Amino acid sequence: MSNINNLDEIRKIINQQRRWDLAFTVAGVIALMIAVLTFIVLFAHMLIDGAPRLSWDFFSSFPSRRPEMAGILSAWVGTTLVMIVTALSAVPLGIGAGVYLEEYAAKNLLTEIIEINISNLAGVPSIIYGLLALGLFVYQLGFGQSILAAGLALALLILPVVIVATREAIRAIPVAIREGAYALGATKWQTVIDHLLPYSSAGILTGIIIGLARAIGETAPVITIGALTFIAFLPPSPIKNEFPFLSFEWLMAPFTVMPIQMFNWVSRPEEAFQLNAAAAGLVLVVMTLAMNGLAIYLRYRMRKTIKW
Amino acid sequence: MQTAREENSISIKYKSEVKNLNFYYGAFHALKNIDMALHDKKITALIGPSGCGKSTFLRCFNRMHDLYPGNRYDGQIILHPDDVNILEQNVDPIEVRMRISMVFQKPNPFPKSIYENVAYGLRVRGIKQRAILDERVELALRNSALWDEVKDRQNDLAFNLSGGQQQRLCIARALATEPEILLFDEPTSALDPIATASIEELITDLKNKVTILIVTHNMQQAARVSDYTAYMYLGELIEFGVTDTIFIKPKNKQTEDYITGRFG
Amino acid sequence: MTKKSLNEASNVGKLGFSFRRHLHEKFIEFILFLSATLSIAIMLAIIAMLLKESWVFFQQVSLWDFLTDTQWTPLFDDAHYGILPLVSGTVVSSLIALLVALPLGTIIAVYLSEFAPFTVREMAKPFLELLGGVPTVVYGYFALLFVTPLLQIIFPELPGFSLLSAGLVMGIMIIPYVSSMTEDAMRAVPMNLREGSYAMGATRFQTAIRVVMPAAFSGIAAAYILGISRAVGETMVVAIAAGMQPNLTWNPMEPAATITAYIVQVSLGDLPHGSIGYQTIFAAGLTLLILTLIFNIIGHVLRKKYREIY
Repeated sequence: MSNINNLDEIRKIINQQRRWDLAFTVAGVIALMIAVLTFIVLFAHMLIDGAPRLSWDFFSSFPSRRPEMAGILSAWVGTTLVMIVTALSAVPLGIGAGVYLEEYAAKNLLTEIIEINISNLAGVPSIIYGLLALGLFVYQLGFGQSILAAGLALALLILPVVIVATREAIRAIPVAIREGAYALGATKWQTVIDHLLPYSSAGILTGIIIGLARAIGETAPVITIGALTFIAFLPPSPIKNEFPFLSFEWLMAPFTVMPIQMFNWVSRPEEAFQLNAAAAGLVLVVMTLAMNGLAIYLRYRMRKTIKW
Repeated sequence: MQTAREENSISIKYKSEVKNLNFYYGAFHALKNIDMALHDKKITALIGPSGCGKSTFLRCFNRMHDLYPGNRYDGQIILHPDDVNILEQNVDPIEVRMRISMVFQKPNPFPKSIYENVAYGLRVRGIKQRAILDERVELALRNSALWDEVKDRQNDLAFNLSGGQQQRLCIARALATEPEILLFDEPTSALDPIATASIEELITDLKNKVTILIVTHNMQQAARVSDYTAYMYLGELIEFGVTDTIFIKPKNKQTEDYITGRFG
Repeated sequence: MTKKSLNEASNVGKLGFSFRRHLHEKFIEFILFLSATLSIAIMLAIIAMLLKESWVFFQQVSLWDFLTDTQWTPLFDDAHYGILPLVSGTVVSSLIALLVALPLGTIIAVYLSEFAPFTVREMAKPFLELLGGVPTVVYGYFALLFVTPLLQIIFPELPGFSLLSAGLVMGIMIIPYVSSMTEDAMRAVPMNLREGSYAMGATRFQTAIRVVMPAAFSGIAAAYILGISRAVGETMVVAIAAGMQPNLTWNPMEPAATITAYIVQVSLGDLPHGSIGYQTIFAAGLTLLILTLIFNIIGHVLRKKYREIY
């Protein structure tokens, strides 16, 4: 009966199992290293190919037939303008939906459908958003292959990210804060606008940055809109000399963005263009990494400073 | 304290002896200079106000603190008959846990069948033969007074059991490997009075089979089930002795205050 | 509003009901409600748009041909509209990606959740998150210009475009996605289950494999399924590195187009709105949406299940 508690037997078994522990630790470190090394190799490869191309001219020149003359001026201007449209539409809508679901929504079928739907939207491939934008914005609403159409397409794409971030940030605020506000006679909306949104702003901001970082790198939906064209000019300036000094013509202008410019160069057979692609990729990666890094830092600081 | 020292000379009666035990959570000195002994095949209860370190002390016996970084033991817990200090760095905590089992505050069955829950400790030891597993699972379930209730549904998920049944399942799980010491960490605090009574009865039944150390916040429980009682306060062992003595005429004023309900 | 209602509220002694304030609150709630229901509108618009154009498409191509024809040549004079070649490309590239991402992602998740020291976990998690933030077009570049030449050293006959190279890189790309969701599922397993296992004398590996992973099963399954959905819908890596020629093949060493790559290819050209070529991308998109929706709904249900248990 006591064979299972024979000391030598137990030792043997523990040692066997210990070997599994060790083997798995090694496997875990190797798996992690594969991911880490891949990224380092990817970055180094782009750096070696692309870094020599990075110069002031590269940022201030239009794309060109001659690779050594080509630059990303129209691409980064286009990306900036598209991102403005995306942020201005996704942020208020996303925060509004997040606040509604977290603070207002009753626990009923409609709410549940909305919740399931949001998680489904987050899983819809980005190229499908491109098809929606092509059919709806480009043709149905007549926006054409414009900055507006692309900005809205990307806004729809990152909407779930903003909604989820808003909800999580608001949910983290303890009930006591809400009760405190109500006890002073605040209405629901006053509680939201005076307390909940300010206290959750860091979390919401983190979500917005992550969403925009994703939108900056998205290629497929913008290609689907039909934006892969040779753009050697800038959209009309948003600031005019005469009254009312603001112009929205740029919204309807044709454009290109960074990832499309990179894709364009990658698909050229000439090696010189691929060096341009590496340089554009480098700019793109640094931009998205910086944004994601900022988001991670914000969240880290939030965890350190806010302790409910 | 007196009794513990007097009986020290005949250590063969002890299953385990604690000598000058100190424990630290990082910089926090949680247990201070504890000296105590566990009598073989007897029930020892640890009582004291919450935060006094009784659970911390209990968890030293199976080296649970090793799971989390920043914890440090100092001193000795000698396990007999090996006469080995189980807190020694070169003693494998896994080996310790195979011989000293534990039942937790909240029932924590694994998300497996009733059978697999009880068989887990055996499987961990590499036992695969169905006949041996069957036999030991049945024995453990009988010893934990659960057999009659579950014998026809051993393949049901353990979550389907009631709270008291789940706790008895956890006791069966701990018993299946024939541990030498069984640790109970407030085993009834999450249960209703009826389930509590059945667990207490079970613990009393186990007395002659295994050495038991039980943490409880319920003094009546300590008085009902234990042979020896230790009163702890702020990480120190204030008084230790035969349960009847502790409850009827404690030597220490602090112990008396706590037991009579004037404090704690 | 605040000034007025403040004045009203300070009319001490007369407790009443402010219609103005009530209306104002209801109005705001309505606006917020609209932004929440927008998500449903988006989903409906996606489905409507895909169905509308696909409907026109299926007026000219029978569903039977679409599902059984072995050629996809909508832009040739001799047009064939069989989705199979695109599906085969999608399946092969996704399978390769999953063969990389699921094991590695799981190992990383188990390691980080159960084995890794605190500092390693604190360092690795943000790093993996950064990795997941790299634009897919960059991974496509990497597959075409680094991984393919590397593979050609091992397999000299490998063409410049291949499902293998695209699938491998796609797999690496999905690792952070799978590992973070798997780890979340494992971390959701309460500590007292682990303690129960350790108290029985189990090792870390035994606790991870026998207790934590079964307890986190539905969460891990959800992570896998969402990973599959991600691989099926991925576009740029395959469009760049696997080529855009529809090719009914199960051989990873060949170039082939996926559903997504085909949509990209058509979008690169200048197809007139309303032509059958234009409609094909919506039919392809509908196929893709149905595939991913099925995976997503299963994943959602599984995830909900594990959240309910703990």
